[in-house]
Amino acid sequence: MTIGIVSYGAYVPRYRIKIEEIARLWGDNAEALKNGLMVYEKSVPDIDEDAATIAVEAARYAMARSGVDPERIGAVYTGSESHPYAVKPTSTIIAQAIGATPNMTAADFEFACKAGTAAVQACMGLVGSGMIDLGMAIGADVAQGAPGDALEYTAAAGGVACIIGRKESELAAIIEGTYSFTTDTPDFWRREGMPYPEHGGRFTGEPGYFKHVTNAAKGLLEKLGTKPEDYDYAVFHQPNGKFPSKVAKTLGFTKAQITPGLVVPKIGNTYSGSCLMGIAATLDQAKPGDRIFATAFGSGAGSDAFSITVTDRIEEIRNKAPKVSELIKDPIYIDYARYARHKGKIRLA
Amino acid sequence: MSSVPRFWRNLGSRYNLEGTRCNECGESYYPPRNVCVNCRRVGQIKPYKFKGTGEIISYTLIHTAAEGFEGQAPYTLAIIQLDEGPRLTSQVVGTPEKIHIGMRVRSVFRKLGEDGERGMIYYGTKFVPENA
Repeated sequence: MTIGIVSYGAYVPRYRIKIEEIARLWGDNAEALKNGLMVYEKSVPDIDEDAATIAVEAARYAMARSGVDPERIGAVYTGSESHPYAVKPTSTIIAQAIGATPNMTAADFEFACKAGTAAVQACMGLVGSGMIDLGMAIGADVAQGAPGDALEYTAAAGGVACIIGRKESELAAIIEGTYSFTTDTPDFWRREGMPYPEHGGRFTGEPGYFKHVTNAAKGLLEKLGTKPEDYDYAVFHQPNGKFPSKVAKTLGFTKAQITPGLVVPKIGNTYSGSCLMGIAATLDQAKPGDRIFATAFGSGAGSDAFSITVTDRIEEIRNKAPKVSELIKDPIYIDYARYARHKGKIRLA
Repeated sequence: MSSVPRFWRNLGSRYNLEGTRCNECGESYYPPRNVCVNCRRVGQIKPYKFKGTGEIISYTLIHTAAEGFEGQAPYTLAIIQLDEGPRLTSQVVGTPEKIHIGMRVRSVFRKLGEDGERGMIYYGTKFVPENA
């Protein structure tokens, strides 16, 4: 059976803070950070935006792009590490806001930065088994970074929604295969009730990101019998610009393959939205027949790899919702004080 | 802030601008009305989802916010005429200096407020400049 992406929608808040501005506050070397991270600015949510509002905007763009009847959506799964409620699903808010309720199922996913792709896999299973007609998988975050922590330079806001289906004439991209690699690796966590996550510093690199991304990617290439040169584009989870560039090179992918989907330098790490944002930016410009290799990573830790082939349908739906490049242009730059207010870092009495 | 059931009863209107429309005379209502004021008992009232586009009829800039909205001040509160006719009052998100009467706006999904740190979060519709 053929399973794939019927539609997709992205959303990135309008506000940005530059690395220089964060470095100014903490006395860090902005140039060294920019060179090291390959991130120059990051998106910041508005005062009234959170993971749920971002997910709704992305989901509505996905619906607008496809034009499918919302009542056909049989599942809404939202992956995030910043769900607004600890108990009460984000997914029901989204399902209601796109008109998919009530004859459907919903749940929230959590797996650090790969919760969105885990939701894609769950939808693939439900769609593939015939349990549902269409499924919506979302990755959305307003990522948290403690004031002064290294994460603060990259923890950003954004989200992407994908509608997964199996009716071949409806598919804008076919997912030929997926492969996951998962271990118990404590590289990053946030305890219950704590406002900011903790991380293992450099430990997040080799035993975390690189080990999992490499194994998932190699696993999928082996499973499908494909090679990096068989693909026109590649997307790897982008916590910064350096990691995906390095892992792409290790695996044998070129800079040209990853550049279209590498949005992190301009918007930062959108966590659960990160890999999906790269896929969305790539779908925005891919031609029918193009192949995309994508691998997400979530701390804790695991990676989901996907092999995707774009169909003729992409040309019909692409311009019916804003492209990632349109969403990230014309930003409003804010200073650290306004950023702190938007992110709720200042506690009002 | 409002009570949980009161907010929940209006979720459709708040999330998706669901109102009603009279198929007899074409008049649209937001918030929804069960009886058409023009056609009375011969009216054909049906649910109607507004497109979410319209223009600013008038606006004011709130500096001294009501309880629960202090964190958002200063913000713009506007009377917006939807393209289908009805007028409603809503926040317009964006740079207050750029907002003007006659400005085209479109609906977005935002947080309207919350009952403190422990209470419910209220989501719903606000507006942004159409080209934003």
